[in-house]
Amino acid sequence: MKASVDTGAQRLIRFLEHAGVEYIFGLSGGAAMPIFDALVDSRIKLILTRHEQGATHMADGYARATGKPGVVLVTSGPGATNTVTGLLTALMDSVPVLVLTGQTPTFNLGKDAFQEADVTGITYPVVKHSYLITSAQELPRVVKEAWHVLTTGRPGPVLVDLPKDVTQGPCDAPEPETIDIPGYRIPSLPDTEALDRAATALGQAKRPLLYVGHGAVISGAGEAIAALSDKLQAPVVNTLLGKGAVDETGPLHLGMLGMHGTAYANKAVVACDLIMSIGGRWDDRITGKVDAFCTDAVRLHVDIDAAEFDKTVTSHIQLLGDARRTVEALLPRVRPGDTGAWLAQCQAWREQFPLTFESPDDDHLRAQHVLSRLNALTEGKALMTTDVGQHQMWAAQFCLTRANRMWLSSGGAGTMGYGFPAAIGAQFARPDTPVWAIVGDGGYQMTLCELATACVHKLPVKVLIINNNYLGMVRQWQELFFENRLSGVDLEGNPDFVKLAEAYGAKALRISHPSEIDDVLSEAIAYADGPCVVEASVVKEDNVFPMIPAGAAVSEMLIERPTEKLEKPSGST
Amino acid sequence: MSSDPNSTSNAAAKPADGLNDVHTLSLVVRDRPGVLVRIALVFARRGYNIGSLAVSPGAAGGFARMTITSQGNPETLEQIIKQLAKLVDVVHVADHLEHPPLEAEIALVKVGVGEGSDRNQALHEVALEFNAVVVDRGKATSVLRLIGSRDELQAALSALAPFQVQELVRSGSVVMDKGRSVLTDLLQKS
Ligand SMILES: Cc1ncc(C[n+]2csc(CCOP(=O)(O)OP(=O)(O)O)c2C)c(N)n1
Repeated sequence: MKASVDTGAQRLIRFLEHAGVEYIFGLSGGAAMPIFDALVDSRIKLILTRHEQGATHMADGYARATGKPGVVLVTSGPGATNTVTGLLTALMDSVPVLVLTGQTPTFNLGKDAFQEADVTGITYPVVKHSYLITSAQELPRVVKEAWHVLTTGRPGPVLVDLPKDVTQGPCDAPEPETIDIPGYRIPSLPDTEALDRAATALGQAKRPLLYVGHGAVISGAGEAIAALSDKLQAPVVNTLLGKGAVDETGPLHLGMLGMHGTAYANKAVVACDLIMSIGGRWDDRITGKVDAFCTDAVRLHVDIDAAEFDKTVTSHIQLLGDARRTVEALLPRVRPGDTGAWLAQCQAWREQFPLTFESPDDDHLRAQHVLSRLNALTEGKALMTTDVGQHQMWAAQFCLTRANRMWLSSGGAGTMGYGFPAAIGAQFARPDTPVWAIVGDGGYQMTLCELATACVHKLPVKVLIINNNYLGMVRQWQELFFENRLSGVDLEGNPDFVKLAEAYGAKALRISHPSEIDDVLSEAIAYADGPCVVEASVVKEDNVFPMIPAGAAVSEMLIERPTEKLEKPSGST
Repeated sequence: MSSDPNSTSNAAAKPADGLNDVHTLSLVVRDRPGVLVRIALVFARRGYNIGSLAVSPGAAGGFARMTITSQGNPETLEQIIKQLAKLVDVVHVADHLEHPPLEAEIALVKVGVGEGSDRNQALHEVALEFNAVVVDRGKATSVLRLIGSRDELQAALSALAPFQVQELVRSGSVVMDKGRSVLTDLLQKS
């Protein structure tokens, strides 16, 4: 009897098993059925989500929490298009997510077949790379190449579109031994000349500042950066996504910079005479008005992607390479300068302009209060994810991150709906780490159907809903820049979030008064039998400060609520 | 490329000189489905027009050669080149500003000069001057084939203007470096 030949789907799953994939997040459908079928015999655990967007964010959360790729499997047509937001989210923040999409059989391609969509076409702008496989024999080569692109260089999402005849058809092609992508180069370390120039500049600076971005998190550069900061006695600031690369509670750490960063971080940005981006991309949320950003400072840029150099802000010294290896190579080269006066100045700012919020009284529950108590009670041991909006910025300000890969937030895309599913993915990845999703009442409702997924798997993930009954961040902008003409921000009709969570079978608690904060949070922390949702009913009209109005110079930061009318933002969204 | 350390301006993309310079990009790409779309999207996304585009198989199997001409803000173009180089399927990209070493383009031009026209002699003279070949002569029209650099074509087209140009199609420039180049090395390796 002839030995039976594997199908394309079986070969695919076997490859993923060998690559160490533990979970696949997905939702099935006709065109993907051969792959779902192959999963029945696999040790890879399939996590059925309630929506494909949720699956992509779970894979993203899994990837950010571990550094390993997250894998998504969906069907063709609408299943595939539902992953687009997740792809954008992963692309903008450089996250390795592999999206496998079912597709109509090759003989139907282009004929408007049932649930056919030009998925590679739709997703070109939101992937690092993508493939449409047109024969089963090609599958092993393509999948191996896709995995290589996924796991090397600057990370990003990769999509593989898999027609049903490819996954169902026989494949006896040998496992390819080599990968041949002559156009794909992975920088590792800058040349010595650039490193020496950077070391000299760092040593000469009187007011140096290290600006740490997501690249530092991704490459695990934190320890090296902390050592560099210590050796140079240079303060550190980080972006929203750089949180945790270097312990934010350290004495040389000034917290987050940028639009809603701390006043002292932004004052340091304005006054520094050297700024070195380590895995940051001088995003408009960091620079504000580019023409006015650090004009007199020497600007150094460490990045693994040469296309980031001189994209928004020009730099004097460009260090192309992996952030960790680059900083490690700089360390023995630098000679510290005298930064005593600079550190004293930063300390004075820290004392003069601390992060504050209105002091609590029993009728007004404030998000900042709840979050600073969460920060205290979790003792820096919880992994936190956020959604997008005011709560995200307050969480970034008041929940300090102490270790790498303990803070997951959608920065580049600003994707509402990200926080909760990302937390589920992170909890799968790290079952022993407490995981909290901090979400707004608006964004939570975009993906809350994944409560079912969390309940089915009894994941001890916690959700803290900062419920202000508004699309709060937009309301804040309307208040500040549009004469408080509120338009489409009132979330009347919100459900009872506690009852809703209970309906799914989750534990649910509510905080209505400041006096309840510690008890409720502690009860949630202690609960381990499944998901626990905590709704904090906070004051409706609080604003996030400090704030650099979009497009304004960093020096124009508002530390508190302005008394005068503000111009509409012009430089950026 | 690093900027001048004494410059106080740091914004990368600014309206600048050189807006009218024609850049000729030559690319070696893997011959894969979708590679042209990916390249086109790099331009389109930044509101950049592709002036001309010529694609053909390269000397080595599995690779294609592309020549793209484009015009606009040089800083943006520099970004475009970096983004092109970053594409997984793009093996090499080089920018030849203004005049690339070797350059050629073909054009077919239909003019309103037919068999019996008394302007045939004049047309013939222009054709001679610019090395053009009359490839078709009909009742009311003639078609000329021109080969040359972009400038030569431009000159020929100006000379043909009085003959009622009715249709014009150009292949777009193709370019090549003289002698041994990065590309010869690259393609020999693979
Ligand atoms: C998918 C998506 N749609 C719209 C926006 C624009 N947006 C940014 S913040 C925000 C308000 C978020 O409201 P909520 O989730 O309640 O959080 P809050 O700001 O109140 O903390 C909106 C609508 C977005 N970022 N993402």
